[in-house]
Parts: sequence; C-alpha cells; structure tokens
Amino acid sequence: MDKNQTRMNTSKYLEASRPILAVLAAFLLGGVLIIAIGKNPVEIYGKMFSMTLGTGYGVGQVLFRATPLVLTGLAVALPFKAGLFNIGGEGQAAIGTIVCAAIGAALSPSLSPMLAIPIGLIAAMLGGASWASIIALLKTRFGVSEVITSIMLNFTAYALVGYLITYQFGIEGTMRTVEISHGAFMPRLDALTGLFPRSPVNLSLFLALALATAVYAVVYKTKYGYELRAVGLNLEAARYAGINTNFHVMTSLIAAGALAGLVGANYVMGYKHYYEAGGVNGVGFLGIAVAMLVNSHPLWILASALLFGLLDYGGLTINADVSKEIFLVVQAAVILFVIASQKAFKQME
Amino acid sequence: MIEFLIVFFLQTLRIAVPYLLASLGATYSERSGVINLALEGLILFGAFGAVIGQYETGSAVVGVLCALSLGIIVAALHGYITITLKANQIVSGIAINILAIGMTKFFLKAIFGSASNSERIEGIDVPVVLLDPIFLFALVAFPLSHLIIYKTPFGLRLRATGDNAEAADSLGVNVNVIRFLGVLISGALAALAGAFLAFQQHSFTADMSAGRGYIALAAMIIGKWTPFGAAGASLLFAATEAVQLNLQSGAIPTQLVQALPYIVTLLALVGFIGKSTPPRDLGRPFEK
Repeated sequence: MDKNQTRMNTSKYLEASRPILAVLAAFLLGGVLIIAIGKNPVEIYGKMFSMTLGTGYGVGQVLFRATPLVLTGLAVALPFKAGLFNIGGEGQAAIGTIVCAAIGAALSPSLSPMLAIPIGLIAAMLGGASWASIIALLKTRFGVSEVITSIMLNFTAYALVGYLITYQFGIEGTMRTVEISHGAFMPRLDALTGLFPRSPVNLSLFLALALATAVYAVVYKTKYGYELRAVGLNLEAARYAGINTNFHVMTSLIAAGALAGLVGANYVMGYKHYYEAGGVNGVGFLGIAVAMLVNSHPLWILASALLFGLLDYGGLTINADVSKEIFLVVQAAVILFVIASQKAFKQME
Repeated sequence: MIEFLIVFFLQTLRIAVPYLLASLGATYSERSGVINLALEGLILFGAFGAVIGQYETGSAVVGVLCALSLGIIVAALHGYITITLKANQIVSGIAINILAIGMTKFFLKAIFGSASNSERIEGIDVPVVLLDPIFLFALVAFPLSHLIIYKTPFGLRLRATGDNAEAADSLGVNVNVIRFLGVLISGALAALAGAFLAFQQHSFTADMSAGRGYIALAAMIIGKWTPFGAAGASLLFAATEAVQLNLQSGAIPTQLVQALPYIVTLLALVGFIGKSTPPRDLGRPFEK
C-alpha cells in the first residue's frame, strides 16, 4: 500500500471515529464537573451504567426513551438530505401527540385493537404532518426560511396544545386529557415477552426501527431518494436537471412531520394513555442532536438515539448524588464536540 | 384611570426590558451575519451569573459583572464554533441552550442544594423600574446602537459583513473579527437581560428564561434587524402581556397571548405586515 492510500485510510478511520471521540470527550467534561463539586465521577458513572444497562428494567427504560428520539432524529435527517433544516420536531411531536390523544379518547371503548391502533397511529402522523405542512408551504410558496418558521411554530404549538388541554380535551382542574380507548393501548414488551419487566417500552420501538430502515431505503435505494439528495447538494442544479424541487421540499418536510407526530404513539398509546401538558417537550430538540451526531444517517440514528436515551434515563438513576442534569450537559457537549471537530479534523489531514 | 395607566405603563416596561436587551444584542449578531439561537441560553447564564455574584459578595455590581462575563464567555464559545470552526450556527445555538439548562441546574443543586431555585438575593433596590440602572442602560442603548450601526465605521463594517462578506473582505474588512464582536455584544446584552430578570424576582429559578430568548429573536425579525424596530416589537409584545395580566382571568386565553409574538412573526415573514428580509449572508460562514 502506498503512502497516499495509507493516509486516506487513516483519515477515513479518523472521520468515522469522530462521533465516538466526541462522546468520550463529553463524558470527560461531565467527569470534570462532577469532580468540581467534590464527587467521584467513577462512582457516579458506574452507578449510572449499572442501573441502566445492568437491569432489565433499566434497559427497557433506555429503549423507551430512545424510541421518540429515533422518530424526531429521522424527522431532522430526512429533510436534511434535501438541504432543509427541520427544527420544528418539538411542535410536530406536540401536535401529533394531542391529536393522537384526542382521537384515541373519541374511539369506542369496544373497538378492536386491530382497528384502534392503526387509527391512533394515523391520527398522530396526520397531526405532525399537518403542522409540518405549514413550514413546507411557507418555504415553497413564500420562500421563508424553514428554520425561523420551525421555531415560531414550535412555540405556537406549545400554546395551542396548552389551550386544547385547558379548554377542549382536558379534565378540568388538571393539565391532562382523558384516557384513550383501551383498544388503542399499544402493547408493552413486558406484557408480550416478559422482558424488561415494568418498564414502559412498547411496540412503538419496533415501529421506530422499521421506519428508520424505511427512511434509509427511500433515501439511498429509490429514485425519489436520489433526487432528494440532489436537491440537497445543489437546489439550482437539481431544478435545471428537471427535478421538481418544490415537490421534494414539500414531501420531505411533511413526512418528517408525520415521523415526529408518531412520538405521540409511544407516549400516549404506549405509556401514559393520556396527554399530560409538557409530556413530550424536549424530544424535538434532542432529535436534532441525535441526527447531527451521526451526520443524519437513518440507520446510525438508531445507535445515536440509544446513546441519548441512555443519557436521558441515566440522569434519573443518579439524581440523589448529583443533579440529573449532568447528563443534559453531556448531551449538549456531545453535539458541540461533534460539530466543532468537523473543521479541526479536516485541518489535521 | 390615570393611576391604572401608570401602573400598566410600568408593568409593560418591566416585562419589556429583557426583550429589549436580548433583541438588541441579536441585531448586532445577525447584522454581522451570525445567527444567534443561543439567546435563550445566554439569558439563563446571565441570570445565573447575576445571582451567584450577588449571593457570594452581596454586591449587585459584582452580580452584573459575573453575568456579563458568563455571557461573553458563552458567546465566545458560539463564536469560536461558528466563526472560527465554521460549524452550523443553528446547531451550535440549540446545543448551547441545552448546555445552559443543564449547567445552571447542575450548579444550582450543587450550590443551593435545590433543583428548582436559589436562595433570595437583594437585587437592585429601586422604587420603580424607571430608576433601575439596567433599564436606564437599555433606554440609552437603543439610540446609541442606532448611531453605532448606521453612523460609525464599525457599524458600516458590521452591516457589510452580514450583507456581503466577500465584498467586505475585498475592501480590507476582517470579516471574522467583526462577526466575533457582533456575537460578543449579543452575548453581553442577553446576559444583562438575564441579570435584570434575576434581580427583579430576587432569585434564580430553573428554566427562568422561559422562552424569552426566542421572543427576543421574534422581536428582532419583526423589527427588520434594526435597533428601533426591535425596540418597537419588544414593547408591543410586553404591552400585550401586560394587557393580559390586567384582564380578568379567562377573558383572553393565556395561550393566545403566549402565541401572539410567534404568529405575528410568521405573518411578518410572509409579508402580510411589511416584509422582513434577513441580511443576505446571514448564516453563511465566510470562506476566504
């Protein structure tokens, strides 16, 4: 092997190991903070890992928390391939969840799960998709940046959901909706298999897995996906090549909304069986982190979501010793290290 | 009636101060070409710095200095990542917001033993908001910023790097230095907004920025990236909130008032109420 070949291989390995190094650096930073307040990071991290990955319940919790992150991660990744930055996952998830809860509650209690579950899923997708269609419309029709409209619509969605829970679908005096029909309950894995006892991980996990595979297949194995990536690489060139770019912008954003909306299926149908205000807040923003860590690759998003799910639940296991937000810091640091190292690594080559 | 109007007026000003400062700061950053989504986190860091500073020393001045230092350090981080390393400005901003929530809660618990709030601090003891030094500073900062941005060489360079970085560079402007200054000013002003909030409520509470950074961003957009425009929008949003506070509960749903700034911004972007167009090179890292 000649010298250049070796150098190319080295830089490829270096590039592939970048996310891993970022995660290690973030844990290191977390360790420094733990030392700074006079605690032992080895002990804290040890406890976190043994209580998450060391028990069936802990693993179940991690999987349960990774499920929505796969969905919101995909909701960022798919439009990202078309050069669009959907940071509206927060709002799309919130609207999907409230629609899922409202429709689920309106179903007849005797309706068979074979009908009730698909109806609940479609409701969640339609909710998220309709919210994302506003972004898509403003982008294609008025040329407004999807980033700004996403932010504005996230907060509008929080307010709208708050209003709907207070005045429409909520139980008076509480900030939650009524319970959905039993038929729409998504079976939990512990009930089906006995694995992960008492943890809320449910069939939505497999839905998320299937969707990640589907997004991968669409993006890399279909003509649509090829065109989508062409739009992302150079919109003008794609347009001259005869690709209907507006169609790809619209469809990728609306599909992203449907994906984010499905967060409601995991939360409402698989876990709470109602929507409590604020219940899914934060998953949209973390989805951005999940997608960015692995350069928006639909399959690697599964690994990324697992890591963020681990950190999310991990905080709760050590909250008695140090603040659980130490892992929020680690999550933020992972992203900062990953985006900062892009350039730094290029310079090293 | 007059008495009510005075109360209403003062209430509006008090609500407006954080929006005024943060949106003015954002104007500097974005006019230089750097999107600053980290406003929310910068406000939070500022509030935390102010509380720690005053709690440890008893001095409000030290509190403000701590707030400013934290704001500038965190803004420098945003600048380093986005200007020096040319990483994605939006991702950096969002990550810094997550960092701010995590860091402040982590040290809140470590220092005060509570996950939700700090101990009481004195704040700045003035009878009305009109005499509050941070308010007075905001009052002066707007006309001053208008002069700086439109009448000084620095302002010209700031606008040039945001509108056309290549052209500015070819005329000998150091684009990256100007952008760094824009981001640092933004960090200092957002942190000051946080200090004002913390002094007003005499403590730090978790997540106390409560979306104000994003409202400030909306105000800047509606204000068409100008200081006086941002001030007008900030006051409008604050007045709407004050109206809602004074109405009997339930007369207008709180949520409508909460959503108003964002809906108005969407309308402004679409062009229904005067088209808002960002600086041409906003969000684009400068490659020589």
